Amino acid sequence: MIVIADYGVGNLKSVERMLRKAGADARLSSDPGEIREAAKLVLPGVGNFGHCAAELRAAPFYDTLQWFALEAKRPVLGICVGAQLLGHSSDEAEGARGLGWIDMVCRRFPDRPGLRVPNMGWNTVTPRRPSPLFASLDEESRFYFVHSYYFDVADQERVLAVAEYGFPYACAVNRDNITGVQFHPEKSLRHGLAILKAFADS
Amino acid sequence: MKTRVIPVLLLRNSGLYKTVKFKDPRYIGDPINSVRIFNEKEVDELAFIDISATPAGRGPDFDMLEQIAGEAFMPMAYGGGITTFEQVQRILSLGFEKVIFNTAAFDHPDVLAETSRVYGAQAVVGCLDVKKTLLGRYELYTHSGSKKRSVSLPDQIAQFGQLGVGEILVNAIDRDGVMKGYDAALIKAVSSRCSVPVIACGGAGSLDDLGIAVNEGGASAVAAGSLFIYKGVHRAVLINYPDRRDLKQRLP
Repeated sequence: MIVIADYGVGNLKSVERMLRKAGADARLSSDPGEIREAAKLVLPGVGNFGHCAAELRAAPFYDTLQWFALEAKRPVLGICVGAQLLGHSSDEAEGARGLGWIDMVCRRFPDRPGLRVPNMGWNTVTPRRPSPLFASLDEESRFYFVHSYYFDVADQERVLAVAEYGFPYACAVNRDNITGVQFHPEKSLRHGLAILKAFADS
Repeated sequence: MKTRVIPVLLLRNSGLYKTVKFKDPRYIGDPINSVRIFNEKEVDELAFIDISATPAGRGPDFDMLEQIAGEAFMPMAYGGGITTFEQVQRILSLGFEKVIFNTAAFDHPDVLAETSRVYGAQAVVGCLDVKKTLLGRYELYTHSGSKKRSVSLPDQIAQFGQLGVGEILVNAIDRDGVMKGYDAALIKAVSSRCSVPVIACGGAGSLDDLGIAVNEGGASAVAAGSLFIYKGVHRAVLINYPDRRDLKQRLP
């Protein structure tokens, strides 16, 4: 069973629908007991980094989440702000702290002529290292992005894939059992379905 | 290709309709069925606007939106009849990523600001329904094009910035359903005054028109109704979406 961590933010229903379309037994939950039973966990998130960080910290499963990822070492997939929360902090909310599981911070896209922010739209991604998540990637694969802040990753070893918006930036990161993607697989048609199916089947 | 190509689907009393110049709504079919077709055609994004909600003084039809969301595996925006933040929360929790505000941007600006603060700017689409006067001045309308506003176009764009709008949908009322091309000057007037993405709407009749909205108007995304709903000179209803190869030849 895959639990989609419900802490009141994010595109929960869409993630659940896409995982079910991928054939996974997926459910929304904020119950620590249920999360302990889960094989995998998706951490969604949409909106302000500070708001999401505060809601996550206040969630009843916050301690269980730490155990799940760091002690039980079961697979965790962060999506969008859920992925940003895997890092330390974000320009978006000074003082707000993420989980700090991946050594990165989130930076705002610079103000540049022709570079409209938010970055909103479909983009291709280029894998930097092998990952089961991107095993089915082909030249047609494209994903839906919508974000104003991007992962600034200290250790390039953590970068799974890059995308380009004015410059190349990390759009998928990984450390052991913990993975984060900036784009929205749940909204990326069959391309996103393939990613979530790979996560469910891996 | 980075440009998003977005079908705009008009809802009216739980049916799918298409207007001409915001008038004469013609019944097109069942919204859920059209979402399934657009899903198969792998559209970039879908926008739904309930054109009957605000004029009827009612809120969004949540049952219908839930059914739509259940069939859609692409990004979706909804607009129409929104007056409270609670309605926004419900729409987003159903699986829509964006909310489109036109009348509310004038009458309930706090709802836009609150949405932007909690969900982020990317969830807030400010919609400009615009008519051009005989003297070439742009005038803004709300209530599905039935109520003229005295605020100028540049002032409203600045107001959107204040409220934390993450994207602007600009719709030329007089071009709606006409299929003779976008008002590129209008799109330029908007895109040159903001730093957020601009979606062009109103008038697309061909794929070449889409290119003009981007290359001359500075739009980041192109939206259309009739182009994706009708086929041929007799306007037979046929839900369609261009082949990506054809789009790539015209769009950056």
